[in-house]
Amino acid sequence: MDKLVHGEKGTKMMLLGNEAIVRGALEAGIGFSAAYPGTPSSEISDTFSRIAKDAGIHFEYSVNEKVAMETVAAVAASGVRAMTQMKHVGLNVASDAFMTSVYTGTRAGLVVVTADDPSMHSSQNEQDNRIYSKLSGVPMLEPSSPHEAKEMARKAFDISEELESPILLRTTTRISHVRGVVEFEDRKSGKLKGHFDKDPFRFVTIPSVARKQHKILLEKEEKARKMADVSEFNRIIGDGKIGFMTSGAAFNYLMEVVEDMGIDYKILKLGFTHPFPSGLFKEFMEGIEKLIVVEEGEPYLEEYAFVYSRETRPEMRIYGKYSDHFPRLYEYNPDVVEKGVSASLGMEYRDRKPEYADMKLPDRPPALCPGCPHRATYYAARKVFMKDKDKVVYPTDIGCYTLGIQPPYELADYLLCMGSSIGSSNGFSEVTDQLPIAFIGDSTFFHSGVPALINAVYNEKRLIYVILDNSTTAMTGHQPNPGMGKNGMGDIAPVISIENVVKGCGVEWVRTVDSYDLPALEEAFKEAAENDGVSVIISKHPCALLESAAKKKAGTFHTYRIDQDKCIHCHVCSKHLACPAIYITEDGLDMIDEKQCTGCGVCADICPAHAISEVKE
Amino acid sequence: MKINIQIVGVGGQGILTASKILANAALADGLNVIMSEVHGMAQRGGVVESSIRIGDVYSPIIGNGKADVILSFEPMEAYRALDKANKDTKIVTNIEPMVPFTVTIGQGEYPPVGGLIEGIKKVTPHVYSFDAFALAREAGTEKAANVVMLGALSALGILPISPEKMKETVALTVPAKFRDVNMKAFEMGFEAVKKEK
Repeated sequence: MDKLVHGEKGTKMMLLGNEAIVRGALEAGIGFSAAYPGTPSSEISDTFSRIAKDAGIHFEYSVNEKVAMETVAAVAASGVRAMTQMKHVGLNVASDAFMTSVYTGTRAGLVVVTADDPSMHSSQNEQDNRIYSKLSGVPMLEPSSPHEAKEMARKAFDISEELESPILLRTTTRISHVRGVVEFEDRKSGKLKGHFDKDPFRFVTIPSVARKQHKILLEKEEKARKMADVSEFNRIIGDGKIGFMTSGAAFNYLMEVVEDMGIDYKILKLGFTHPFPSGLFKEFMEGIEKLIVVEEGEPYLEEYAFVYSRETRPEMRIYGKYSDHFPRLYEYNPDVVEKGVSASLGMEYRDRKPEYADMKLPDRPPALCPGCPHRATYYAARKVFMKDKDKVVYPTDIGCYTLGIQPPYELADYLLCMGSSIGSSNGFSEVTDQLPIAFIGDSTFFHSGVPALINAVYNEKRLIYVILDNSTTAMTGHQPNPGMGKNGMGDIAPVISIENVVKGCGVEWVRTVDSYDLPALEEAFKEAAENDGVSVIISKHPCALLESAAKKKAGTFHTYRIDQDKCIHCHVCSKHLACPAIYITEDGLDMIDEKQCTGCGVCADICPAHAISEVKE
Repeated sequence: MKINIQIVGVGGQGILTASKILANAALADGLNVIMSEVHGMAQRGGVVESSIRIGDVYSPIIGNGKADVILSFEPMEAYRALDKANKDTKIVTNIEPMVPFTVTIGQGEYPPVGGLIEGIKKVTPHVYSFDAFALAREAGTEKAANVVMLGALSALGILPISPEKMKETVALTVPAKFRDVNMKAFEMGFEAVKKEK
């Protein structure tokens, strides 16, 4: 029995922030969730997918965040409580639907979770999505802990219904991926089926309707501001002379810093941060002598502090990012906050890190896994195009295969966002003499590769589009996608054939090859380079992590070993293929670490001395 | 009370499982606990860090110089984590290296393990180093190396959680058929530290 689903009021569980959000949604009586995975939001969807049947709700993986947003907006408009969750840049994809869903408003509670990634642990930018709430007029909640994330997820549905507006629940990596003690409330049962009561002069946003709805939106924002002023998620802690305003993860660091430093503090801890609770802020300002704003990312709260301190405390100096006391860059931690607080108070700051010899340690960046089929594709591409390095350009995309940027492959030259490999190739192919060789994964292809491919065919581009099809969404944790034959409920689903989609987009030159078949790959690359048009190579092999696990289960798993008598020490396996399972000993011998080997056999295929073979015992 | 435990190593070594066991044991003993994990791109064979803080704590991240324990699954990663240490920090480290691919392709050299341990001892004398993977193999499976490390952590005597509660949580977490192996692994880690103390 899953405690997350069936745990009763008062149950305490160690939960990830992301798991806590799911529990909060269950307590609120959610009926439906749809999403595209993206770190650090992915475990919300993983958890929904795992428990959906048990909890009696519906969960589905959408092809991208925009489709997910459109899906949940319609679900909530039909009276069923719904949630979608995405990483911060996912909201960029969903933003077109999101921005106007605020105009139509919602009937049942509609919660949009955005998980931001300060410090970019797994992301291509560091945007602060709190600004989306200001841009859209959507109310926003920002938790500081897993328990608060659960509580806010639960209450978000009520706030959303009261305002008839979608609501943003904004986390960061250190909320989503923090595990803490969460205490349960009872689960409310919610509706799974609804009915769409037609109201075209609300839900069809033609200009005359939109003009009316924008006015209603501003009225809702004013109502929400009053709710924020009295919200249980906005509170004042302490009654000292030094005022701090904070939200999200920064609150945790601040609490420890002020206690450790023995500061006479008064903290305005904000959780309902849009609309800004200006009334509560003015109340908080009474009696404090200084105001220090501690928040990760952009000076979001700080700007409101400037606006709303003008009337009552115009003389107040505000310490924050505009005064250069706190950074706008990267995630905070206790040290960053202590440094900023010390500087604001004119106190000396000393880093506590101990002194030790600066030993030159080799880097340990993330790498393609041992046996990864992408590595085999990259090895073949490099072999064919290495000598013409300057005549080709490698636009890449978002997924494990982005790690192709690393030596020895170095097959990544340009990346903006999901789908940009083929999108940008449209430009490179037109104005340069470099042949674009674009790499994209199967899930990313479905997400946003298709329109750009149609564009390439339509505009008669010359480029090679390599679809690295490992039949899963590997980077975010092996979620299903439309090519996999499985859906978000764990049931069998129709398989969308990538080859048929490519052909349907009008591509005439398509080859599907096994990623481990190096001669076939090389041949395909050579032929594609001669083709005057759009060439698509589908390099297909299951993710090595999944395949090796399946082989172990079936009892057919074997690792590989190098016969040291036959090895000629050419290092093709260790240095050119650069599989992390192959290392060189102090004596210069190439060895396979059988702990790491996944048994793909690619090293055996490329070994010129035929010195590598399966371990058969 | 605040106990700060920094766990470091390489993706795939079972660090997240070990961290979860520790956190669940703390919760089972009625303690407040908060931990942070690494997911996503940062996990593919890269450095993995996890912080576990027990007691009157808010921040899931441990500040510089504030770790009570650094539990390292890889000797070089123990050295890389020294910013979190102070002269009283207890450092428990496995000594079997995981050589990163950057070394194989000629970008940098893996320092001698002896040199790493000596360097660590210049920050704190409380260093316990042993081959956790060899012990795990002896216990029955290399996969139990994370439980060897938990046993070692438990033997330091600074956790507010009893070794029995830790073992109980391990037993609840691992699949039934690996229970005995893991109990043995826990004991072996426990003894490895105890005999050095």
